[in-house]
Amino acid sequence: MTLEQLGVGETGIVKEFTDLEMSVKLMEMGCLPGESVRVSRIAPLGDPIAIHVSGYQLSLRRFEASTIILQ
Amino acid sequence: MKADIRVALVGNPNTGKSTLFNALTGLNQKIGNFPGVTVDKKIGYSQLPDGRRAEIIDLPGTYSLYPKSKDESIVFSVLAEKATELTPDLVIVIIDATNLKRNLLLYTQVADLKIPVIIALNMMDQAKKAKIEIDVELLSQRLGVPIVPVSARKLEGIEQLKNIISYANKLALQMDSIDVKTLAPALIADISEEIDTDNPYFALQLAHQHETLKFLTPAQSDRIEELEHKHSFHSQKAQATETIARYNYINDVLYDTVHTPVTAHDESVSNKIDKILTHRVFGFIIFMGVLLFMFQSIFAWSAYPMSLIEDLFVWIEGGLRSVLPGGPLADLLIDGVVAGLSGVIVFIPQIAILFAFISILEDTGYMSRVTFMMDKIMRKVGLNGKSVVPLIGGFACAVPSIMSTRTIENWKDRMITIMVTPLVACSARLPVYTLLIALVVPHKNVWWIFNLQGLALTGMYVLSLVSAVIVAYVMKFILKARERGYFIMELPVYRMPRWNNVLFSMYERSKTFVLQAGKVIIAVSVILWVLSSYGPGNRFEKIEQTYSQPQYTKTMTPDSLKRVISTEKLENSYAGVLGHTIEPVIKPLGFDWKIGIALITSFAAREVFVGTMATIYSVEGDADKIDSVQDKMRNAKNPQTGQPVFTLAVAFSLMMFYAFAMQCASTVAVVYRETKDWRWPAAQFAYMTVLAYGASFLVYHLLK
Repeated sequence: MTLEQLGVGETGIVKEFTDLEMSVKLMEMGCLPGESVRVSRIAPLGDPIAIHVSGYQLSLRRFEASTIILQ
Repeated sequence: MKADIRVALVGNPNTGKSTLFNALTGLNQKIGNFPGVTVDKKIGYSQLPDGRRAEIIDLPGTYSLYPKSKDESIVFSVLAEKATELTPDLVIVIIDATNLKRNLLLYTQVADLKIPVIIALNMMDQAKKAKIEIDVELLSQRLGVPIVPVSARKLEGIEQLKNIISYANKLALQMDSIDVKTLAPALIADISEEIDTDNPYFALQLAHQHETLKFLTPAQSDRIEELEHKHSFHSQKAQATETIARYNYINDVLYDTVHTPVTAHDESVSNKIDKILTHRVFGFIIFMGVLLFMFQSIFAWSAYPMSLIEDLFVWIEGGLRSVLPGGPLADLLIDGVVAGLSGVIVFIPQIAILFAFISILEDTGYMSRVTFMMDKIMRKVGLNGKSVVPLIGGFACAVPSIMSTRTIENWKDRMITIMVTPLVACSARLPVYTLLIALVVPHKNVWWIFNLQGLALTGMYVLSLVSAVIVAYVMKFILKARERGYFIMELPVYRMPRWNNVLFSMYERSKTFVLQAGKVIIAVSVILWVLSSYGPGNRFEKIEQTYSQPQYTKTMTPDSLKRVISTEKLENSYAGVLGHTIEPVIKPLGFDWKIGIALITSFAAREVFVGTMATIYSVEGDADKIDSVQDKMRNAKNPQTGQPVFTLAVAFSLMMFYAFAMQCASTVAVVYRETKDWRWPAAQFAYMTVLAYGASFLVYHLLK
């Protein structure tokens, strides 16, 4: 399953990425394989979403979240 | 200014980097540009305890040396280029103590370039509050660099940091972080030989970034490209491997130096605030409220200082006129230069107020929430969540709003925002609209509460926003993106604004505007003055001669004589001649040559329209009195047909023209200043003129 499919408050652990270019940016921001991520909220219009990862809050679009595969 | 040591300030966004920069340098800073790009270069000076002077360069905030935007690409090139006037002797990496892990990534990259480096560990107080325990001593030993705990907001640790700067080594003593060579051994060896460097990470970075680095010769860059092919180097894969290796190293380092509790305290407070501020209903209501308050304040709070500035300049002009001997030189100084200067200074209140708000919104972390909430809507029309603020600010004035688009990282989104912001009905259009609406729209109520005139004015405002959105949507397909659009963005913890930073930003933006856009505005003002105060041949002398004849001097009061003369002169000036010249072009819009003159003179600023109308129609008494201008305009008849000049069709056609045309020299100047390329303001001027002509033509023929 991908990060996009998680609901608010749900947690997952990053396994791998489907988009290499995106993965480089995400990993720089601390979103690495093995890290636990929690969806903290969804924007009022349904996109983007905010996740809690490596000690801070990161927002990303649904499309970007869909490139993150969870364990 | 000479300095003994050059220090570069590097760090992630939202780490308090600019607060630290301000704390180190005070007001002793200047803003320029990095060569060849539109990125602001902030340089300041700091007196060290040993009496030496340090020059401090504030580099754009970034999460990594691999750039995601043009701004960020500056960081590596400044750090890596040898022996330039920017090459730092020392790098301070500022690190947010509440988020050590992510912040250390950039540190390890900088450290591997083997430039002497020290760490400023900021927000120690926040880390303590969040019960994050950091063994600074041990961490410093592990990394092999001095670490100075600071609180930039509370000005704690700044002296200590200055001390460490003055003791700093000329040699880089930090430990190696990862074994860079294993990432691409053969390629690194070849590049090191080619470029003659003994730093493997520098060589590896060249492999990644050689295409955008200006300090490499084309031959060198081509050679690196060849080497990449030879060793089948894949930049993104290598970056991914490197990042993972770095985080492994960081985890090792942090394992016994930092202890973090499961939930950070600050985050949970932030979470509660977020629940309200990004709520699906309250979120938007609060945001609308904030915008409304901003918009109102820019209008209301700037009114008084603006009229003070205007009065001051009237007083200066009066003073100069009584001191200087009359003549063209005095007129040039007073009506050209001083008037232009006043046109520049008068913007300062609006700029300062807008930037006070923006800096508060950014400092508190609310701006990222706005982006978070608005991204979906704004993306549909080719804009960005952050475009909301410039667009709404445009209702007050496009000048500060365009300056504020710098918060938009994505190049394409920012350009589109800059291109459409001048369409939003700014306050300078208001006098034009009120004059024309009052002229042709009856003052009566419809449906009991709605005033017809008010509705017309509201219509103009709505139209402006709608047209900005439509143009943005069209431009989305015209402009090519330079970078892939991301929305991977940190939502920083809510914090109190730093009032010092707010003041700095007000001061800084006002100064930049006056110094950089001011030149163009004064130049345009002087040109317009020449156009409207001189005429071809001896027309002006003839006018003077005619009116010095007794039938005029005897029958008319000196005041009315003066008025008639100035009307005649304006009609016969170059501006008047130009008005006649463009008449065939503007006739299809319903405009005569007199309106043509007003279009020309109000090129620099829309509100000049009212004054020009007053002069053209020789309004008696106070030209600022809108009522008297209106009366004259209402009675104006077309000499050929005998019909009134200002019909409903003409007035609305004229309003359309003012709604769409780029009648503002300040905006042109500021767009150039923000884009560093004359083609942008030129393109903007062109499309807006076409739009204005089209809209006026359409409206005139529909209403005629």
